[in-house]
Amino acid sequence: MSAPVKQDASGAVASRDAFGEALVHLGETHPELVVLEADLSESTRSKKFAKKFPERFFQMGIAEANMISVAAGLSLAGKVPFCCSFACFITGRFDQIRMSACYSASNVRLVGSHAGVGIGEDGYSQMGLEDIALMRTLPTMAVIQPADDLETAGAVAYLMGHKGPAFLRTTRQKLKRVNAEGYKYEFGKGVTLVDGKDLTIVASGGTVGPAVDAAAALAKDGISTRVINIHTIKPIDVALLAKAAKETKRILTVEDHQITGGLGGAVCEALAEVEPVRIRRHGVLDVFGESGTPEGLYEHFKLDAAGITGVARDFVRGA
Amino acid sequence: MDKLDNDTVAALERRAFDLRADNLTAITAAASGHPGGTLSAMDILQTLFFVEMRHRPAEPHWPDRDRFVLSKGHAVPALYTVLAHAGYFSRDLLPTLRRLGSPLQGHPANFLMPGIEASTGSLGQGFSVAIGMALAAKLDNRDSRVYTMIGDGESQEGQIWEAAMSAPKYKLDNLVVILDHNKGQIDGFVKDVMSLDPIADKWRAFNWHVISIDGHDYRQIAAALAEAKATKGKPTFILAETIKGKGVSFMEGKVGWHGVAPTAAELETAVRELRAAKAKHEGVAS
Repeated sequence: MSAPVKQDASGAVASRDAFGEALVHLGETHPELVVLEADLSESTRSKKFAKKFPERFFQMGIAEANMISVAAGLSLAGKVPFCCSFACFITGRFDQIRMSACYSASNVRLVGSHAGVGIGEDGYSQMGLEDIALMRTLPTMAVIQPADDLETAGAVAYLMGHKGPAFLRTTRQKLKRVNAEGYKYEFGKGVTLVDGKDLTIVASGGTVGPAVDAAAALAKDGISTRVINIHTIKPIDVALLAKAAKETKRILTVEDHQITGGLGGAVCEALAEVEPVRIRRHGVLDVFGESGTPEGLYEHFKLDAAGITGVARDFVRGA
Repeated sequence: MDKLDNDTVAALERRAFDLRADNLTAITAAASGHPGGTLSAMDILQTLFFVEMRHRPAEPHWPDRDRFVLSKGHAVPALYTVLAHAGYFSRDLLPTLRRLGSPLQGHPANFLMPGIEASTGSLGQGFSVAIGMALAAKLDNRDSRVYTMIGDGESQEGQIWEAAMSAPKYKLDNLVVILDHNKGQIDGFVKDVMSLDPIADKWRAFNWHVISIDGHDYRQIAAALAEAKATKGKPTFILAETIKGKGVSFMEGKVGWHGVAPTAAELETAVRELRAAKAKHEGVAS
């Protein structure tokens, strides 16, 4: 990487920062890479690319619908366009994504930053909480949510060659590293981070780190907990999930997103057909998000390690 | 081509009768579609593909081609007809319009048909897609030009104005937007549903080079496209005054023909009229 990514004392990095770095890095070797932005380049971290490659950066103003269809046109003429905005705003232009990006067989990459309640103070209007559900319904659309900086870099690099449209969901808050140095991102493959036999926690993006910590706490309670990181929500790794369902009998999905149609929905759909077991969907429980500190909101919505531990314990003990 | 010679105009006029007949035959075979807006667009589409654009029907993905995006996707039978006559695919395919398994979808699907540059049909989007193609040509230093046709009803979409705002910013003088101003939409006259007036002033205010023409006059269409090519530093908007249902007397100016297919008997009347007009034209021309 050309410049160090902002880390906190523990080495955690927001996936939006890792994304911004990856763009600059890939821009050097991929002249076909172009970036479109809707007035949020500071927040989505597309700004670094804009500075380095101004001729390949298109500031489209606060007009996301036009931005997405323009990106489709760039793609149909051979470019690989990354469209950046907040996850809620970009996926809110569903019709443009459906028609211009998907049905026109483009290679548009939609990058939705500010995933979930983890954004904190701005509140519900700026939180991507239904974005995964929307994007999953579209034929040909891939949905990716990386859990740390290494995974983000790997996913962005992968997307330079992927055929078809894709949605990449990034976070504002810093994510502690869950993968080992040298990690190789594999599209469509889940990653087992912790092994266990009593319960499997399936997490994605911002909830993966807390899930790993929860597994450690649960182990102390005598609950052997497997943790699977699903970075590619569509297409989802059915084989890995089915194996976990068979071996641990219980699945707890944990996501910073509505429990309808997101990771939890995807896991239920996959397992209902091949390995039906008890599943509990945990996340934002069909309610609006609200303002607060990111940490306070993770605690409130029980998405931090303590919250996940409690939900998992209740699930295993039949509460 | 700056000025069309008499022979070229005569050839365009002659072919237009066949294009209109083939277009209506396909829509009648499908028993659904949008005759009014296909007939209003036909002369402009023909001029683009037979006079103006640099393209290779046998090599539809030629990178240096000019591109055309039909933003008013519901007029696609007219585009299919022009593409077939231009040699992109067999005319025999036209009557399969809207049939299960046919690549001739009711609205354009670019991955199914050569010559269809973008999938459209949800209004307001094709224009933006054309902007992306024009940006790509500029980035690659290609002199390819990009054309898009929008409808007047379509111009009620907010995205049209987002797009209209964005193209001048990037000085896309390789982009031409043609408004098929046929004045009708499904629910009635555009002026009653949601007026666009003053149209030309709006586009001028958005920093476009604006040209107004009769969209059924080949000389005017070609001259406007030539003027667009000669205009540097800004995109061109062509306000083409057209007649919904043009060329078929019982359809002309009737909003009711926006989205209703002719019956077999109506088709027969229309085709008879077009054939007679063609014969008369040939008599005059010879």
